[in-house]
Amino acid sequence: MISVRGLTKRYGSTAAVEDLSFDVAPGAVTGFLGPNGSGKSTTMRMIMGLDAPDAGQALVNGRPYAELAWPLREVGALLEARTYHPGRSASRHLRALAAGGGIPGARVDEVLRTVGLSEVAHRRAGTFSLGMAQRLGIAGALLGDPGVLLFDEPVNGLDPEGVRWIRDLMKGLAAEGRTVLVSSHLISEMALTADHLVVIGQGRLLADTSVAELTADGASLEEAFFRLTSGSATYRGTAGPSAAAPHAAAPSDTSPTATSHRSTR
Amino acid sequence: MSTAALSPGPGVLAGRYGFAHVLRMEWIKLRSLRSTWWALFTVVAGMIAMGVVTMANTKAPSADKAATFDPTNNVLAGVALGQLVIGVIGVLLVTGEYSSGSMRSTLAAVPRRPLVLAAKAAVFGGVTLVLSEVVAFLTFLVGRAALDPAIEQPSLTDGGVLRAVLMSGAYLGLIAVMAVGIGALVRHTASAIGVLVGLLFVVPAMLAGATGTTVAKFFPTMIAGNSLAVSRPMPEMLTPWAGFALLLVYTAVVYAAGVRVLVRRDA
Repeated sequence: MISVRGLTKRYGSTAAVEDLSFDVAPGAVTGFLGPNGSGKSTTMRMIMGLDAPDAGQALVNGRPYAELAWPLREVGALLEARTYHPGRSASRHLRALAAGGGIPGARVDEVLRTVGLSEVAHRRAGTFSLGMAQRLGIAGALLGDPGVLLFDEPVNGLDPEGVRWIRDLMKGLAAEGRTVLVSSHLISEMALTADHLVVIGQGRLLADTSVAELTADGASLEEAFFRLTSGSATYRGTAGPSAAAPHAAAPSDTSPTATSHRSTR
Repeated sequence: MSTAALSPGPGVLAGRYGFAHVLRMEWIKLRSLRSTWWALFTVVAGMIAMGVVTMANTKAPSADKAATFDPTNNVLAGVALGQLVIGVIGVLLVTGEYSSGSMRSTLAAVPRRPLVLAAKAAVFGGVTLVLSEVVAFLTFLVGRAALDPAIEQPSLTDGGVLRAVLMSGAYLGLIAVMAVGIGALVRHTASAIGVLVGLLFVVPAMLAGATGTTVAKFFPTMIAGNSLAVSRPMPEMLTPWAGFALLLVYTAVVYAAGVRVLVRRDA
């Protein structure tokens, strides 16, 4: 169970996340959807206690992340492709995390098997491809067999077989009663994976609904998404369907609520 | 631990993770990087080699210098090299986590950040202290054998010699902790190493050139070479214990500042 309440994060005068509130319930895959730069990763980092919010709070199982008794046993997260030292082997990286989380070392071999990295467990992880890095990150998330899982853009760098594998993995985890929050900007992927959707744009909540409801009027999820985010895409090329005047100077011409252009985090 | 303890949901285990878990984590991390071992080997080999070379080149003092002649100081010359290598590893223990992204998995495992830095400092400071004391004694014993037979060899039982050797080893342990603090303060590898080299070498050398020992004597490298690694304290320098006490204060201040920055800034 994840509860986000009035979460706000500013970088200078720009709000990356603004007064964001939503819950992520157990037993379902909740898709966290939004254009590039909409604040998905920032929100996830605040849930993990890595970034401090300027206002509001994010609770996991009713507590701020920093107050969890056994963080890795309660929350597993794939935050970015590479969150390991390139000079360390996959096995050593996970063993160190397991030690910090009070998790038996035998669990390391188990999760390496689960993600299919047993063969390369003792190779320097710096030699891994993006897909392998992603799998190592997922192994780290599964390490403590946690009840809450966060995946930030998990299909990045995975081949089609890997994409199907992570999709089945997330659905399986939710079916076991776990809380699964997965961010993506790939709507087609979300349509196949998610039961519930939290859609944000420019750091604000745009929709908190089931996939079925969002597409109830017969629209595809993609159409529904564009309708929701039409005013809040931060980065948009000029050759797209809604090509407009120079966005660098006036990026928010389509949105009365948008206030300023935002750089990457 | 049964598999039931790993079932989903909160409250899976009694108690809470603690410093012992974090120490184990940092110990595994330190020893699982090949660069750690290479660097520590460099410290051992470099300090002994410099001790031997310096002693082999030590000439018998002229009559007027006999009172201040201190071969113990010569044999410990390698501390200057050792502190650079130890300092760089200490800095990298923290900045390497930022550049690789592993700081995020570390802080996800251990969200109480002061514990992370304390474990890094304890593990690396402890390893360095033990290794440096051993190397300091080895260097002394091997180095003095290289001394011109015409010169009387210093002995550990001579006044101040044992203290000089012990303090030189301890100095590197303090540098290890200070470097971890600098890494947490500065975060970027190149800048942090710049700060380290500036504090240890560049600034004191410039001050020594401009104002002699007046200000320079308060810098770590000067304290190590002229206050700690001496069996005959030099009148214009800090006394051994004053120098050592000042180093303790420096280390505590830099480390505390590192903790503060680590806690307050986004990871």
